[in-house]
Amino acid sequence: MIKHLPVLVIAIPLLAAIIIPIAGRINRVLSWYIATAVTFICFIISLSLLQTVLNEGRISYWMGGWEPPFGIEYVVDHLTVFVLIIVSFMAFMGTVYAKKSIDNEIGPHRTPIFYAIYLLFVTGLMGIVMTGDIFNIYVFLEITSIAGYTLIAVGKKRQSLVAGFNYLIMGTIGATFILLGIGYLYLMTGTLNIADLANRLPELYQTSAVITAFAILAIGLSIKVALFPVHIWLPNSYTFAPSVISAVMAATATKVGAYAMYRILFTVFTPAFFASLGFQVAHVLLVMAVIAILAGSILAVSQKDIKKMLAYSSVGQIGYIVLGVSLMTVTGLMGSMLHLLNHAVMKGSLFLAVGAVVYRYGITSIEGLRGMGKKMPVTMAAFTIAALSMIGVPLTVGFVSKWYLAVASIKVGMWYLIPVIMISSLLTAVYFWRVIDNIWFKAAEGEEHGHGHAVSTGTKAVEAPLSMLVPTLTVAVLCIVFGVLAFAPASLAEQAAMILLK
Amino acid sequence: MSKRTEQTDSVPEGFVVGQENIIGRQMTLLIPFVQLFGLYVIAHGELGPGGGFQGGVLLGVSIILYVLLYGQEAGYSRLTQRTNDVLVSAGVFIYGGIGVLTILLGGNYLQYGVLAADPKLGNHLGIVGIEVGIGIAVAAVMITLFNETIRRDDA
Repeated sequence: MIKHLPVLVIAIPLLAAIIIPIAGRINRVLSWYIATAVTFICFIISLSLLQTVLNEGRISYWMGGWEPPFGIEYVVDHLTVFVLIIVSFMAFMGTVYAKKSIDNEIGPHRTPIFYAIYLLFVTGLMGIVMTGDIFNIYVFLEITSIAGYTLIAVGKKRQSLVAGFNYLIMGTIGATFILLGIGYLYLMTGTLNIADLANRLPELYQTSAVITAFAILAIGLSIKVALFPVHIWLPNSYTFAPSVISAVMAATATKVGAYAMYRILFTVFTPAFFASLGFQVAHVLLVMAVIAILAGSILAVSQKDIKKMLAYSSVGQIGYIVLGVSLMTVTGLMGSMLHLLNHAVMKGSLFLAVGAVVYRYGITSIEGLRGMGKKMPVTMAAFTIAALSMIGVPLTVGFVSKWYLAVASIKVGMWYLIPVIMISSLLTAVYFWRVIDNIWFKAAEGEEHGHGHAVSTGTKAVEAPLSMLVPTLTVAVLCIVFGVLAFAPASLAEQAAMILLK
Repeated sequence: MSKRTEQTDSVPEGFVVGQENIIGRQMTLLIPFVQLFGLYVIAHGELGPGGGFQGGVLLGVSIILYVLLYGQEAGYSRLTQRTNDVLVSAGVFIYGGIGVLTILLGGNYLQYGVLAADPKLGNHLGIVGIEVGIGIAVAAVMITLFNETIRRDDA
């Protein structure tokens, strides 16, 4: 059975996704149990794949026994497991958290369908990561995007429908670009297998069709990862989606987009291709990344709604990921990949903590968080850990990836990127300090003038339910664990980066 | 407007022709043949043009035609929403299940050859099996899409 794990990690959630609506007719809670069990199994499978990859190296699974490049190939290497573990872990945390939160936010009668779509979303994400076939990437991208539009649109507010629709339009444009690019590559090489493409492309690097394909793919991928000028679908989607979806999407969807970017930039095309072009692709990416980092942070400072603030902060953090890519060195890519993991846990726990506040009080404004430190101390502690991480305080994950990115930029002689990282960290501190100040240092509304008696009744701790608290805390603790024990993900990321730049 | 919303039937007036009408009679006669052709296309898909997708579309169209003739209520009485939902899942499940079955029989995912002692027969069985699965799923999804589109209430 071990041999079949690469396909089972896709097949199990896919089959569970179609069983869940039927199981939900028997008993609604059953759908949650299945979803939790399945995401947990996927997480265990990812860990097992990690072990296999570390011991034996690259795994190749032939679908239907057809030898690649004729058949579809699933490839598991260091980069694959790195992203796969992020996705499956966050998906598992998301399902545990969803039980209470989703019943509250979308109504119990729709939960079975919700979990079915949620599993399809996860299936698509893991499919993109696992597959070694470029057209398969597109297919899984569509599965995950269509599921994603739905998951955003089920949000409680009316704006969720509009947000879902906007994402649908932008996502479809992005997917169309990607499909067109794949079409050009297929036209020129007659193959869709990524490894085979990488072998056949070098002799065609000078042809205009391949250059066009690259440009089109780059645009499509930028939309999917929400790079700054084409990020417009992201803020509203994250703001109006159900809390758990904001958390899981922020932690996984754009990360998998970044994974697709790594694969297409470095495995399908190579640094040799960029060298053969008339202009520096790396510089274009670098400029875009710097603009994204600064613009995302500045926009986040001006937000009043906390979910929107976190969403704009994501736009900035995606800039860091692309910044690491644009350096095109092993250290740069390591920084980028570590930021993939680190941003997943940081933003994941921030959104989960905010979701707990929404569950108890229905508040999403930053002002409304006043005195929340006394009402929900544990949740707010998790929020604070993750917020400190975002700022990049040493011993947290945020510091690790920013450090690698800074070292990488000095190594290639781009010292002027250090101030960019510094300014962005300062801005991050500014917008998170506003929130932390409200949480811990300001009394709740109507309490600042109250007498002792009123305060004692008003500040009774009403924590989030345990099923929401545990995932939030787990992910928040990971922000510190991976900050202290950074060598574990870093060594994996280093091997992944070396594979990409081989 | 109020008159339209009172109407329980969800197909616009004039579309419900019923069996009294000449068109209704003829179309009702047509339905079994459409279905038969759909089954033929599914079964034939392995060796010739056609297949689960096209055959499934034909099967779905036969039900859609029925709903167009007699209205959504009558359509639901023939094929309830619930059965249809089960069919959607069942179709995909057959496809994915065959994949899992091939793993259990010692092959790779969707390696049909292992389904029978003779790999050639196994491949036949596997392809026919997934064509049937696709056919069921496509038909049921088409019916669902159509029913959801023409439904009046926004529940």
